[in-house]
Amino acid sequence: MTQIWNIARKELSDGLRNRWLLAISLLFAVLAVGIAWLGAAASGQLGFTSIPATIASLASLATFLVPLIALLLAYDAVVGEDEGGTLMLLLTYPLGRGQLLLGKFVGHGLILALATLIGFGCAALAIAVLVKDVELGLLVWAFGRFMLSSTLLGWVFLAMAYVLSSKVTEKSSAAGLALGVWFAFVLVFDLALLALLVLSQGKFSPDLLPWLLLLNPADVYRLINLSGFADSGTAAGVMALGGDLPIGGWWLWLCLLLWVGVPLLLAYWVILRRPT
Amino acid sequence: MNAVEIEGVSQHYGAMTVLHDLNLCLGEGEVLGLFGHNGAGKTTSMKLILGLLQASRGRVQVLGRNPSDAQVRRQLGYLPENVTFYAQLSGHETLCHFARLKGAALNQVDALLEQVGLAAAMHRRVKTYSKGMRQRLGLAQALLGAPRLLLLDEPTVGLDPIATQDLYQLIDRLRQQGTSIILCSHVLPGVEAHINRAAILANGRLQAVGSLSSLREDAGLPALIRASGLQHSEQLLQRWHGEGHKARTIGADGIEVVAINGHKLDLLRQLLGDGQAQDIDIHQPSLEDLYRYYMDKARTTQAAEGVA
Repeated sequence: MTQIWNIARKELSDGLRNRWLLAISLLFAVLAVGIAWLGAAASGQLGFTSIPATIASLASLATFLVPLIALLLAYDAVVGEDEGGTLMLLLTYPLGRGQLLLGKFVGHGLILALATLIGFGCAALAIAVLVKDVELGLLVWAFGRFMLSSTLLGWVFLAMAYVLSSKVTEKSSAAGLALGVWFAFVLVFDLALLALLVLSQGKFSPDLLPWLLLLNPADVYRLINLSGFADSGTAAGVMALGGDLPIGGWWLWLCLLLWVGVPLLLAYWVILRRPT
Repeated sequence: MNAVEIEGVSQHYGAMTVLHDLNLCLGEGEVLGLFGHNGAGKTTSMKLILGLLQASRGRVQVLGRNPSDAQVRRQLGYLPENVTFYAQLSGHETLCHFARLKGAALNQVDALLEQVGLAAAMHRRVKTYSKGMRQRLGLAQALLGAPRLLLLDEPTVGLDPIATQDLYQLIDRLRQQGTSIILCSHVLPGVEAHINRAAILANGRLQAVGSLSSLREDAGLPALIRASGLQHSEQLLQRWHGEGHKARTIGADGIEVVAINGHKLDLLRQLLGDGQAQDIDIHQPSLEDLYRYYMDKARTTQAAEGVA
């Protein structure tokens, strides 16, 4: 336990020192505030519209951004140590490979959680203070859920980055693969699903299709954030499939948690087999 | 109890065998020099002792336990050959990080940095350090927690002559305190005086292990005697040629003679007696000569095996 924290605190202080935490928080805050007030500009309105609309826009943006940030933060976690010669050194210390991995995860995970809390939290605070007669209860609930799920989404991609980082021997290949993972889950998956939908012309089992959404953590994340609002007309594209899913919100959360746990276990399996 | 015991260890990487039946032990408070060409199996041996590799065959015990035991790792210091550390951290922060991981008290960090001569630079980022400074930081790292066993892989690389001398003195001091040390090196001159025993590896096989004098005896390498200010150098030269010694004149009144084991004292007596030499210089076979001898022997053996 102490060893895990020792690794985590270094990652955390690295995150503070190279201003990652500050930069991500600032980015989140600016985006959230910008979307809250300018999000409706396309439809000719200016100013805050509604909480569901704000969360919907924020969630679609965060689906792109959060995985990218998480992958950037963690892609060199193992292979970077190896290139600096410190991985071999660390492994001669009273420190297990699992502890090293978990320490990195705790450190990076805290950075992401803090950045989400600070960045989006500031935006929520701004809305609460500046917008007249906003439903405070709904605001806290919707933003709380949004921040928690964003953090979990980030953790999913941290775990995936550790799998890559434990597997490859060069930092550049880890970076390339990380981009590939981002591309696959954030862009390609939904397109492929839509293509399947169109090409099968309805012959593809309509009961099975919504379940496929669960295979993509980014879609699970969006399903979580789009559900539960009175008017759910915000769901578009493949998200409309989510309405057919016969499972409750808790199952989506569980699914997201599984998406954190399974890649993390996979990363552990891979790092145990990494030659020194 | 021996600090390190390696018994009948072989190591395979796929079809390649990098260590053949290695037997080696290191006593408490002993300094062992581990020498060999690139790919001789030095690094593999180190990794086996560090518990980074599992031996394909044979047994490795470190401080009486399995090398990957956490107890062992707390009492072991390792200086890797190439380590750049974390560029963004200062030397002090780096050492604190490693001290925490090793479970060593943080109050020794300043003293260690002082000891390796990094006191002035300890709050600078490691990024700005020279190769030698990183090497010294690595050494300070290896000394964290007063280890009972110290493994130094090429410790003198990047060090200037004075820092190298300081390092050797440190090794002597640690040995007196009872630390067992394995020193892996390519740099042979200067190291002789600071090791108890030398182990020479070639092609994954241990060619020789022992103190320098026993290796000299085993190798039977000649000593070189140079004398000057001789009275009857011509006579001596003629007599020695007759007896089959290799000898030649240097300058007007000097002789250089190759003394095969057992003849050294006899030749010296003649130089002092009949020759009335004014100055005598004896050049014993150095570690380098021994190294070359065993390397050549290994090559011949391998060539012979190849033919067979």
